[in-house]
Amino acid sequence: MNRPRIVDRPAFVLAFRLLAAFLACVPLLILAINIATQSLGPDPGQEVTESLGLAAFQLLIVTLAMTPLKRWSGWAGWIRVRRMLGLFAFFYAVLHVLAFLQFILGWSDLWATFTKRPYIVAGALSFLMLVPLAVTSTRGMVKRLGKSWKPLHKLIYLIAIAAWVHFIWQARSDVGEMVAYGLVIVGLLALRWKWNGVRGLIPFARG
Amino acid sequence: MSGAAAVAAGLSVPGLLSAAKLPVPGEALDYVAMPGFSTDEEKTPFEDVTRYNNFYEFGTGKGDPAKYADEMSVDPWSIVVEGECGRPGKYALEDLLKPHEYQERVYRLRCVEAWSMVIPWIGIPLADVIKRLEPNSRAKYVYFETLYDPDQMRGQRSLFSTIDWPYQEGLRMDEAMNELSFLAVGLYGKTMPNQNGAPIRLVVPWKYGFKSIKSIVKVRFQEERPKTTWEMLAPQEYGFYANVNPEVDHPRWSQKRERRLPSGLLSPNWMETVKFNGYGGQVADLYKGMDLSKFY
Repeated sequence: MNRPRIVDRPAFVLAFRLLAAFLACVPLLILAINIATQSLGPDPGQEVTESLGLAAFQLLIVTLAMTPLKRWSGWAGWIRVRRMLGLFAFFYAVLHVLAFLQFILGWSDLWATFTKRPYIVAGALSFLMLVPLAVTSTRGMVKRLGKSWKPLHKLIYLIAIAAWVHFIWQARSDVGEMVAYGLVIVGLLALRWKWNGVRGLIPFARG
Repeated sequence: MSGAAAVAAGLSVPGLLSAAKLPVPGEALDYVAMPGFSTDEEKTPFEDVTRYNNFYEFGTGKGDPAKYADEMSVDPWSIVVEGECGRPGKYALEDLLKPHEYQERVYRLRCVEAWSMVIPWIGIPLADVIKRLEPNSRAKYVYFETLYDPDQMRGQRSLFSTIDWPYQEGLRMDEAMNELSFLAVGLYGKTMPNQNGAPIRLVVPWKYGFKSIKSIVKVRFQEERPKTTWEMLAPQEYGFYANVNPEVDHPRWSQKRERRLPSGLLSPNWMETVKFNGYGGQVADLYKGMDLSKFY
């Protein structure tokens, strides 16, 4: 009987998942250390809010990279961490929204903030679309939704674009970093287009 | 009096010693405290004033200026004066400062990003300098320009910067002549740290911080209103006047409140923003009859 490749052994995949989980926690660890050592500068609320939002955005992009990595490498391990990374992105997004409400808004001026400020609207839409994806990420929900699961989860492409808009709108004078993120997102979406046609990118469309 | 100043006193004409030397970074300055021009609110600590800066010439991060501003050399420094005035020319900074006695003024600084600080500046009234340059009747505005030198200012080397350098600002003549308008050459009793706009910067405390242009190399008197950097970049967000005004929101956030720094995570230091940053008594008359929601 052929023994499975090392990378396909359950212990290896488990170790990989643990490593991925640890890496996804790193932004939170760094933040915790900075808070504990009071090295966030004179405006820590702003700093915390920004770094949580960036972590959510980065993890969203990493999540989008898992399917291409699986296709190129043929290794299923990438897919085994995809849901977890997506949920981490959601987790950071929740913390980001709470931090924004607590530290930046102080729970005041809510109506104007979420109706009159376009970059906030883009961020809020991005976050709201993440909610149904997080809720339907459990094994049970995947089963229950059956063929509808994938069309629903194609919302992630729209979420990535909305999140990018949320960031580029705030880039004050140097847009280099956000242009780079944008190119990565465009690349990841273009792969889906190549593999599945344009319908592969449209949420709720089958196929 | 510091040792260096004492030596200078021995060598130079008495009475001119306070500003006769080029400011050396971190050197103590002689100055007169101006309680009438100072708030007694708690000052923002030196560490925060010098490590949390918007000075995009050195990068867009708040910590970038403190990290990279020492790549700028401020000695020697000269300022070109041009336009509608009787005494145009290129002035060595020390010659421009020489006749003046330094003052200390503790001003509030309100950033357009909704945070604020209280900073003890050392400098001279802008009006005193302007008078010596003899602006003529066509001088309706004063234009200021920051150093442009990508070799020394890494933010200006960025390929993706949307700012059309050099940084440009301006004031209406009556604003510039207002008793609050200040040219600062130091803070906390010492010469200006590079990241705060060494060797000389404007301080107009009733306006959002971006009006207080740093590291000035050019002053021009002109008849037309100058276009300013942020106004050119995003005219719907930043206007020429940029007076602190809680009634006029920035399109992306409210200006009703501010976080006075240092602010804490668990105890955010919120306070209500006051029109003209609390300096209405001195400046409100400048804007009589103007619709400040239109001329923001």
